[in-house]
Amino acid sequence: MSATGSESANGKPILQAIGLYKHFGGLVAVNDVSLDVFPGEVVGLVGDNGAGKSTLIKLISGVYRPDGGQILLDGRPVSFTSPLEARQLGIETIYQDLALCENLDAAANVFLGREPVRRTLGVFKNLDRDYMLRESRQVLAQLDIRIPDLRRPIRELSGGQRQAVAITRAVYWNARLMIMDEPTAALGVPEQRKVLALVRTLRDRGVPVILISHNLQDVFAVADRIVVMRRGRKVAERPASATTSDEIVSLMVGAAPTAE
Amino acid sequence: MARGNEGQRATSASGAEPSPPLVSRWTSPPAASDAVAEAAGPGEEAERPERRALQLLGQFWAWLFLLALVVFFSLTGQGFFDLFNFQSIGANLAIMLIMALGQTFVIIAGGIDLSTGWVMGLASVMAAILMTQLVEGTPLVLVVLVGLAAGVFAGVCTGLVNGLLIAKLRVPPFIATLGMYGIARGAGFILSGGQPVSVQIRGLGQIGNGYLLYYHPQAGVSLFSPPPGLEGAQLRQVIGILPHPLTLAIILVLICYWLLARTRFGLRTYAIGGNREAALRAGIPVDRHTIQIYILSALLAAIAGVLYAARFTNGAANAGDPLLLDSIAAVVIGGASLFGGEGTISGTVIGALIIAVIQNGLVILAINPFWQFVAVGVVIIIAVLVDQAKARVVT
Repeated sequence: MSATGSESANGKPILQAIGLYKHFGGLVAVNDVSLDVFPGEVVGLVGDNGAGKSTLIKLISGVYRPDGGQILLDGRPVSFTSPLEARQLGIETIYQDLALCENLDAAANVFLGREPVRRTLGVFKNLDRDYMLRESRQVLAQLDIRIPDLRRPIRELSGGQRQAVAITRAVYWNARLMIMDEPTAALGVPEQRKVLALVRTLRDRGVPVILISHNLQDVFAVADRIVVMRRGRKVAERPASATTSDEIVSLMVGAAPTAE
Repeated sequence: MARGNEGQRATSASGAEPSPPLVSRWTSPPAASDAVAEAAGPGEEAERPERRALQLLGQFWAWLFLLALVVFFSLTGQGFFDLFNFQSIGANLAIMLIMALGQTFVIIAGGIDLSTGWVMGLASVMAAILMTQLVEGTPLVLVVLVGLAAGVFAGVCTGLVNGLLIAKLRVPPFIATLGMYGIARGAGFILSGGQPVSVQIRGLGQIGNGYLLYYHPQAGVSLFSPPPGLEGAQLRQVIGILPHPLTLAIILVLICYWLLARTRFGLRTYAIGGNREAALRAGIPVDRHTIQIYILSALLAAIAGVLYAARFTNGAANAGDPLLLDSIAAVVIGGASLFGGEGTISGTVIGALIIAVIQNGLVILAINPFWQFVAVGVVIIIAVLVDQAKARVVT
């Protein structure tokens, strides 16, 4: 089985990636990477540019198909032909571009693609906007997110609020595992804090999060476990409480801690 | 235009949160500080009223402009402010407005349909040819239905081809519908032999030019035809209310309003125009939806063509050509963005009204008709400028 050393108290892993391998032509982007994710933990995935982080999460979220290895979800082998299939099984990925429609309001974005309808007068299938608003408001409250007006287009929201809408959508549709790619990269400091708080909220609700970030401060702020990748391989895995940024950085660049 | 349009859509799709987010965020400090201010909470309320006011102005400038036009022409033009004239504006605008309704959906979804003018003409020719084949004495209702069936057939076929080219074969909308522009144009002229096809059916013209209600001071109100028993001079006193083309246009406006503002279909149209990539990832069947939108556009153009055939009792391949740009202009004046994601049916209605009032008013003022083109052109540019200013305020 996988070589991850994590002895989680939370029982069985939700996601197990075993020996994943992916190459593009002669370039091996992900080389024999194994990774377990347990309920209620935040895994920080770090590495220099080109280390294979993005390719790894694209394998897990169904964007790419692995050339080798296996993905187990709740112990069952899965194979996705599209990101949509991965989502239907509960693997939600929030990319930097968020995949929101900025011209629509928050409620419409939460229900995008799965809009509820209600029949009026027996024939007209109307969009059930009240239901969309009510449900969105409820999830937003659960996640402790405040959005001034759910009926305004989200382009009027701040970056952090938009991030929150994307997270809300994933939570509403019962995400089992959340993958977040650089969620704080484009945000101001107060907004970054809010998003990190949201990551903790998700963890506390039992939804594990894989967090990809260049910002080690962020990673240390929320991650329980840190996985370091370098040149397509997983080079280290450390409990966040038992390591330092210096050690992580040196692992990322492949140098001894004392070297420059 | 459409290439630019396509390209724009692609960048806005992949970069709704712009794909190089670092660059755009760091190079635009106003946006960043704005975000922080909003996140901070109370700061957001301070700038809201002013912003909201500008937004409202952006939304309502077209209403105000229309009102100003009506006041201006009423004061300067003899016979402008008159029920008869208003109804003739309505009847004349109906065909163009119906074409603009379909175009609204297409433009909101981030596309463009250049073929509607010639599809309208082709439908009028096909409707006219089929109606003339009917034997003398066929009930009028049947005649109209046959014409409508012919038009619908033309519309569904051309729209389906447009949609398939754009959705499945990834031809840019500008090019695909430009191709159909040529095909429908050629087909219309071939079928009609290059001449307008005259429809010699008694009563058809009355349907195209009739009114829903008729009013006479003594005889009262009647439906569909003048009150019976009136003759000569009395008949000339009868006032028609709601010309049929206008009634048809109003019905189609209501249907399209409902479809766009109240249904899943409408919301998905906005979603695809706002961020096609996001719509795809959300599981919206974007290809199928795109095809449906182009069929809707062609179908409405075809209905406009059948209406033309009934109103002028002939089918002409080139009947819709001059209306294409007017109908696109109506959509744009109504606040739709050619980059997709924005627009409303009420906006399109106002846009069409503005164009029709300008054209009618200038005729009444006996100004050289070529000035109509200039005036409409100026209004289009103003509309886009207002739209851009609005966008700057919002983001």
